[in-house]
Amino acid sequence: MSVPGPDGRRATSPDLDSMAELRLRIAASPHLRSSHSTPRIMWNVVGSLVPILAVATYYFGPSALLVVGAATIGAVLTERLFGRKGSTGDGSAVITGLLLGLILPPGFPMWMAFLGGVFGIAFGKLIFGGLGQNVFNPALLGRAFLQAAFPIAITTWPVQPATWWSLRGDNFALPLMSPSAPDIATGATPLGLMKFEGLPTGTWDLMIGSTAGSIGETAGLLILLCGGYLALRKYLDWRIPASIFLTVLAFSGVLYAIGPDRFPNPLFMLFSGGLMLGAMYMATDMVTSPVTPAGAWIFGAGIGLLVVLIRVWGGLPEGVMYAILFMNALVPFINRTTQPRVFGKPRRKPKGAEA
Amino acid sequence: MLGSSTFRHGVHPPESKHLTEKVRVRRMPFPDEIVLPLRQHAGKPARLLVKAGDRVERGDKVAEADGFVSVPIHASAAGTVKDIRLCPHPDGSMAESVVIAVDRFSPQVPRPRIVPRWEGLSPKQVVEEVQKAGVVGLGGAAFPTHVKLLPPDDMPVHTLIINGAECEPYLTTDHRTMVEYPARVQFGIRIMMKALGVDKAVIGVEKNKPDAISRLQDTLPDDLDVSVLPLTVKYPQGAEKMLIKVVTGREVPSGKLPMHVGVVVQNVGSIACIGEIFETGYPLIERIVTVTGPGVRRPSNLLVPVGTRLRDVLEFCEGVTDEATQIVFGGPMMGAAQPDLDTPLIKGTTGVVVLTKDQARSVERYPCIHCGRCLEACPVFLNPSLLGTQAQAGRYDEMEAANLMDCMLCGCCSYVCPSHIPLSQMFALGKNMLRKRKAAA
Repeated sequence: MSVPGPDGRRATSPDLDSMAELRLRIAASPHLRSSHSTPRIMWNVVGSLVPILAVATYYFGPSALLVVGAATIGAVLTERLFGRKGSTGDGSAVITGLLLGLILPPGFPMWMAFLGGVFGIAFGKLIFGGLGQNVFNPALLGRAFLQAAFPIAITTWPVQPATWWSLRGDNFALPLMSPSAPDIATGATPLGLMKFEGLPTGTWDLMIGSTAGSIGETAGLLILLCGGYLALRKYLDWRIPASIFLTVLAFSGVLYAIGPDRFPNPLFMLFSGGLMLGAMYMATDMVTSPVTPAGAWIFGAGIGLLVVLIRVWGGLPEGVMYAILFMNALVPFINRTTQPRVFGKPRRKPKGAEA
Repeated sequence: MLGSSTFRHGVHPPESKHLTEKVRVRRMPFPDEIVLPLRQHAGKPARLLVKAGDRVERGDKVAEADGFVSVPIHASAAGTVKDIRLCPHPDGSMAESVVIAVDRFSPQVPRPRIVPRWEGLSPKQVVEEVQKAGVVGLGGAAFPTHVKLLPPDDMPVHTLIINGAECEPYLTTDHRTMVEYPARVQFGIRIMMKALGVDKAVIGVEKNKPDAISRLQDTLPDDLDVSVLPLTVKYPQGAEKMLIKVVTGREVPSGKLPMHVGVVVQNVGSIACIGEIFETGYPLIERIVTVTGPGVRRPSNLLVPVGTRLRDVLEFCEGVTDEATQIVFGGPMMGAAQPDLDTPLIKGTTGVVVLTKDQARSVERYPCIHCGRCLEACPVFLNPSLLGTQAQAGRYDEMEAANLMDCMLCGCCSYVCPSHIPLSQMFALGKNMLRKRKAAA
């Protein structure tokens, strides 16, 4: 029988030393956590953008890397200088920079891309309070800023250059200088061709990306694949792209049925312009999309509707950016009106009962 | 009616039951000292009956029920009352407790038949005996069992549901009870059905316990409508409301009791306990506890006298490893971390889980990115993301409007949150604040 110590406790036997020195940690339950983390989600998104950037580089040469690089450096530097301590490590600024670069034309001057990254992070995110607080997608806000500030540069699309190595425009234009008139011929994007000249582009070309367009927007199938990976890993909400695609297909399908000669076919709508990248990577930005499942469907449907409206009847050939930004602004409202029904409560509060 | 075998949402933490699910229940020897807090159940604490220096036999009452929602407490070992003092309580506070110096030379045989035989007792008398035996819910909440056995007349109860889900990771207390004492479970069901006057009983067991399911199925009585319902393995399948939804297809209305949908839910351990008290005649003085986790040297299922200190239990399990950093009473999803090795295991202690450095560590917190994972985890369909924002701003009225009081603190939201926001902790605080405010008003 062990001898009770002076305080009434049993003397600790030698092989139980670990208990004598045990320093117990106190924390609130639950004491287990899933392996998810916000940086892990963000870096997975970054990783899924790498193949898209690689294919873009294949199509647009070194210009693609220069523009995307400049935008990313602008975004990360701003986050680093003005963001919360250590917030660059969560990877969200890298995503903003990469995405911004991917939605710019390949011949875009680097200083402008850099400025877009700075603006996107500073005025699209940090001014609201940093990660999780912003209303609008920072990359799209950066692009909206660039579109307003440099309307010519952002709508200059190069055609096939002499070699892969040649630049697709005046990437190295000096800051505050307009890009010199490019030596290479410029062309139009499939959406521009459709809108202003009524010329269609082959669907297969749109799917694999061998068309003019923004750096990372052309390879529709690849974007679908990379986004699909994220959806499978639950790093993005599949409902949003699904509802965008369905709405666009349905709406433009109806139009196409009414007038096949006046309206583009639904597949063209789906794979042209920035729709794929926008639906998979911009609309699904968790911070600026609804948190409720029902809200996600509404949000996506709104984007799809607006995209077709702008493309068909608007003054611009492309409308994904404005469609998403507009719906971003509605997110608080959508969230409020789509709160889930609580377990054990009636489906809808009787209107008169509250008064 | 039995459309699905599970509920919507919930999470899948690693089950980690392999450590003890095949380990037979062992009886732990009596420790040198027993600490019996007067507050071991939900409701009013028991009223003290003994004083320092009194001799008590095993099974003697040391405190009596104080009112209806209260139960007595019995000495779990023979010895001398050494002191009545404040001792660490599993809930983190200090609580008035009876400290008994165990008589090492006593044979520890209880007085015979403290609880009478059940044959010939009226349902009302059965309920009285259940209270007198100090029976509480052994699933963790420790709600006095007899209260649930007396539904008001305007709420007819038609089904008794026995909760054998045991959805908390690591714990195998109920699992071993079902495997090793199926007859006792069936006997308990028989008594409960008579006391409640119901003619249907369903035992819900998660499918990760096939041996328990088959043992129960083999022992089903011929003369009663009792069935075993295998359940999908998902946390919190064992939450009362989730289990009722699966068994009956009905949702318990918000803020109401299971009786409102005509059911009473009892933990399988409590059922076995009722079977045991009428079988042996002893009150609730010992219970089965799983001592497990990667930080304990010999994971075990133990039959422990109520009031045994954590230190003694861990010593009996050959101590903890060098990696151990945190000890939880109950399961790791809802259990409470214990700071003091002198804390006693009480009636509601389902398990002792010793976690290691790589599990229990501080993680960096990030801002909410509105990913919506918590919404898709919450089994009662709240919006934890919104509630978390409100909690951080201290806006408790808004939290109440956002149905905070429906939160059952299951911890699913905290478990899935990629930003590691301690949501359920904030909600526990918020619920307390609202309750206090209501009490003050």
